[in-house]
Order: sequence, then structure tokens, then C-alpha cells
Amino acid sequence: MASRQYLLRRVLHLLITQLAVITIIFGLFRLLPGDPAAAMVDPLAPPETRELLLHQLGLDRPLPLQYVTYLGNLIRGELGRSFRSNQPVVAVLQDKILNTLVLTLAAFLFAYTLGMLGGVVLAWYRGTKVDAVGSVIALVFRSAPIFWTGVLAMMFFTFHLGWLPHAGMRTPGYEASGILGTYLSLDFLQHLILPVVVSGLYYMGLPLLLMRNTMLEVLGEDFIEMARAKGMRRSRLMFMHAARNALLPVITASALFIGWAMGGQVLLEYIFSWPGLGREIVLAVENRDYPMAQGAFLFISILVMTLNLLADLIYSWLDPRIASR
Amino acid sequence: MRAAEAPEPGAAEGRRWRPRRIAAAGLRPLWEDKLAFSGAVILGLLIVVAILAPALTPYDPMESTTVAGGGLAYLEPPSRAHWLGTNNLGRDILSQILVGTRVALMVGFLAAILVTLVGTTVALLAGYFRGWVDDLLMRLVDIAYSIPLEPLAIVVLSFLKPSIWNIVLVVAVLAWRDPARVIRAQVLSLVERPFVKAARVAGAGHLRIMFRHIAPNVLPLANVYIAIAFGWAVFGEASISFLGFGDPRTISWGQILQQAFLSGAIRRAWWWAVPPGVCIMLAVLSVFFIGRAYEVVLNPRLRAR
Repeated sequence: MASRQYLLRRVLHLLITQLAVITIIFGLFRLLPGDPAAAMVDPLAPPETRELLLHQLGLDRPLPLQYVTYLGNLIRGELGRSFRSNQPVVAVLQDKILNTLVLTLAAFLFAYTLGMLGGVVLAWYRGTKVDAVGSVIALVFRSAPIFWTGVLAMMFFTFHLGWLPHAGMRTPGYEASGILGTYLSLDFLQHLILPVVVSGLYYMGLPLLLMRNTMLEVLGEDFIEMARAKGMRRSRLMFMHAARNALLPVITASALFIGWAMGGQVLLEYIFSWPGLGREIVLAVENRDYPMAQGAFLFISILVMTLNLLADLIYSWLDPRIASR
Repeated sequence: MRAAEAPEPGAAEGRRWRPRRIAAAGLRPLWEDKLAFSGAVILGLLIVVAILAPALTPYDPMESTTVAGGGLAYLEPPSRAHWLGTNNLGRDILSQILVGTRVALMVGFLAAILVTLVGTTVALLAGYFRGWVDDLLMRLVDIAYSIPLEPLAIVVLSFLKPSIWNIVLVVAVLAWRDPARVIRAQVLSLVERPFVKAARVAGAGHLRIMFRHIAPNVLPLANVYIAIAFGWAVFGEASISFLGFGDPRTISWGQILQQAFLSGAIRRAWWWAVPPGVCIMLAVLSVFFIGRAYEVVLNPRLRAR
């Protein structure tokens, strides 16, 4: 019962947050100086056409009315047309969502697997050279911006060694058939390696240090002392008893991780020319293609919110005390 | 994050504003922790470089230098004349890097102070008054967590004039959420302590209790967030400049990298692409090292045995 109530409350919160973010985006594209309202119409169009277009888009109407129309359009999945290609924004962005998700989740898995295992190892060797060097390495990777490590990786693995492709999702001319063909081909995986490793090493620091710190706290608990007194093997103690109990905060942090990673995706996709939402928003803003920028922004924040909710639900499933609070 | 739950030495009677003692206690971790000390040294060096930048640069960073024969010093590798080589316009990269230190540190410090001030105030209000104030402020935190930084920065800066002030503002608009959430948790537990009740009985007003009695006790945690926010801001500024949405008239590390990336020179000119990233890394790393020492102070269990 409690869990259904919790779910309802979380979904209600999500909807409120969603509405607030949508309102912020609406305001952002209309209220900031620099006449963004007019920017919603191609600035190169002749004045008469502009007037007509502004009228057609309803941008000459009062703001509250515009807001209502905007919400109505959103519900119907209508986000206008791109200035550049004149295609509907939603149609263009639809394909990019999956590309961004695949890249983010792959980086997430890589970072978390490496980080959680590394965290256990560092806690195991606490206070030794391994711990010190490991922590510093994790911090070094966390301090190096991905657009720089990405460039370095490209310089070395693509231009110097010629091992891996550095741009896009597939080799030009390679035609994929269907979703399976797109995401399960060897060609795609080759394109995935550099961005995933570069961003994964950067993101790794968060789960790694968190796992290490939580492990150290758990290792001070009585039940660990008890297990040790019983003569339990060290590996069993570390992985089966301590690590299991240290997982919780690490998993909670994954919700924050995802929001953070989605923002960073913009840079990652930009340098690796990955056809996702992040690259789209950069290109759209560069080209002053505001309907497209607004749409991409909206999609990214909806993704972040949905993933946040998902992480919360997983958390409450793992630790039922949260939901009943 | 975990640090918030750690009991604090001497917190039962509460810490008061005693500037000299707080400063001494605040600086102690820097001496005791090797990493924090090296972090402080790196940061100190960067600050010196930022202040002296105009005097240290061997060339005007915007000057197109020439080689001995009179031609443009186009993508010259490092040499005695140009320690870090030149870029595709013949500009001296070392000079550009040195000048770039200013923007990075300025954005870092301004944003860190702004973020921590806003975050701590929100945390004090939410944790002290609880009830609807807490609900409202925590929903705002939720909203801030739902907006990814880079996309917001790009959109806002394309409308506003791209200046470092606006970059500081954009970073601050989103980054206050972390200190707000974590410090609030600590305030919630501090409010229950006897010294707060004693202050209330003695007739202290809300503001006095919040800022004179509770605030000094969250100061160590706020220090950690000053460090984290500094790192965030340096990163944010570099990212925005790298994407080309920074102020085109100021030289920053992100912008140097952007030019190297866009010119395609990264295929061979490592001396152009490597140094700005190393600088960003050093700046962020130095504050991470410092921040970590404070985290250990807050949570002694993290200390290596």
C-alpha cells in the first residue's frame, strides 16, 4: 500500500516538476532580451512574411494566451518546424533520443561497473599505496574535461594509431536495417568505444569514491566485526557483506549521475559528432534554429526527469524504508 | 554526501563565530593532508600566475608572431622562442594559456562564492523553518536537478551577451542545488540540538539563530561545496567556451581548445591541444584535493588508518 502511495506521490512530483521546467523553457525562449519571440521566426525572411508567420505562430498574441496554446501543442506533440530543414521538430528529434540514450547508458554501465569494483578494491587496501594512487587517479580523471580527453583519445587512437573511428555512429555508406541492425552491428560498437571509454573514465570517479567511502563506513559496523570474529574469508566479507550494504548510496547517486551525464552528453556528442540530442541542441543554437533548440532542450530535460524517477523507484524497491517514510 | 550525517566534534554546545579560531581550524587540514597541501600549492601558483599574467607573457597573446625569415610562425612546434609553440595564426600559445588563467579563476571564485551563499541560505531556511518553506524550496531543488547545465547555458548565452558574468550566473542558477540539499540535511539535525533550543529560550530571533548559531556549524560542509562549486564553474566556463558560446574577446582555456579543435590542427599540433586541458585539470584537481581533506575532517571514518 505504502509503495503505491509513494509511486503516486513521486509521479505527482514529476508532473509538477515537468510543468515547471516546461514553463521555464517557454519563458526562456520568449522573455529573455534579444527578442527571442521574433527569433522563433526566421530572421532572414522579408518583413511582410515575418509578420504573417508571427501571426500564424500566434507570437503576436498576449503571453498568457501563447502559454496556453503552447501547452496544448505540447500535449499534441506539436513543437513546430525546423528553420533549417523545415521538417517537424518532433520527427527529427525522435531518432536522436535513442542514440543519446544508448550512449549515456553504455557510459553509465562502464563507469559504474569500473567504479564500484574499484571502490571495493580501494576500501580493501585502505591506507596503503594502492588506495592513495587509486583515489588520485580517479580524481585526475574527474578533473579532466571530457572534451579534452576526447580530443587526446582521438589524436592517439584515431590519427596516430588509426585503430578506432572518431566521428559519428557508423561508417559513411553503411546502411543499417532496423533497430537491431543499427545498434548491434560491429561497426556501431567500434564507433561506440571511444566516446564510452572517454566519458566513462570521467564519470567513474563519482561511484568509485562514493563506494570507497561508504565501504569504509560499513566496515566500521558491528555486523562486520561479528563476521570477522566468526573467521569469515576476507573476500566473502568484502563482497557479500560489506559491498552489498554499501551499494545503497551509490545507487541513489546514480539518479544525480544521470542528470549530470545528460548535460555532459552535449560536449561528448559534439566532439564525437554523435547524432544525438546534445549535438542537435548545439547545432540548433549555432544556426539560430530556435524551434529545434527548444525541442531538443525539452526532450533532454524530460529524459533526465524520467530517469530520475526510475532511479528513485529502484531505490525505494531496494530500501523499502524510503517509501514508507 | 555521507558527510552530512557525521557527528561533529564539539557540536553539542555549538560553534560560534570566532573568526580567528574558525580560520585556524579551517586551514589546519591543508597542513595535515599531503594531497590538500599540494592542492593548495597548485591553486596558489595559479592565483599568482593569474595576477601577474600580463607581466609574465613573452608575447602579446593576440599578436601574430613571425619566424626568422619573416613569414608567419604558423603552427610552430615548441622551441626556445615559443615554449609551447604557436597556433595557426602565429600566436604564442604559452602567452594565451597564461592569460587564460585569469578568466578561469575569476569565474571559479565568483561562482563558488555565489553558489555556496545561495545554497547555504536555502538550506538554512528549509531546514530551520521546515513545513511548507521546506517543501517549496525542495521542489525548487528538484526542478534545478531536472535541468541539465550545458543545454541551459547554451540557450541562455545565445540570448544574453556572452560575458563571463553571464557564465557565472548560469552556473550559479543550477549549481546551488547540491549544497542546498546536503547542508539542509545537516541543518535538520542541528535544529534539534540543545544549543538551538537554549538560544530560542533566551529569546533569540529566527535570523539570529539561523545565521549566528546554526551557520557556523555548517561552515565545514560549506567549505567542501566552495571547492566543488569552484571545480564545476571552471569546467562550465571551459565547456561553454569550447562549444563557442563564450565571450569571443576574452582568451580562455576552453576557447584555446575550441580553436585547436575547429582548425583541425589536433591531427598534429599536440602542443596546442594538450596545455589548455592540463591547466583545466590542474585547477579543478587542486580544489578537489582541498575539498577532500575537509570531507575527511567532517567524517573521520574516511581517514586512512
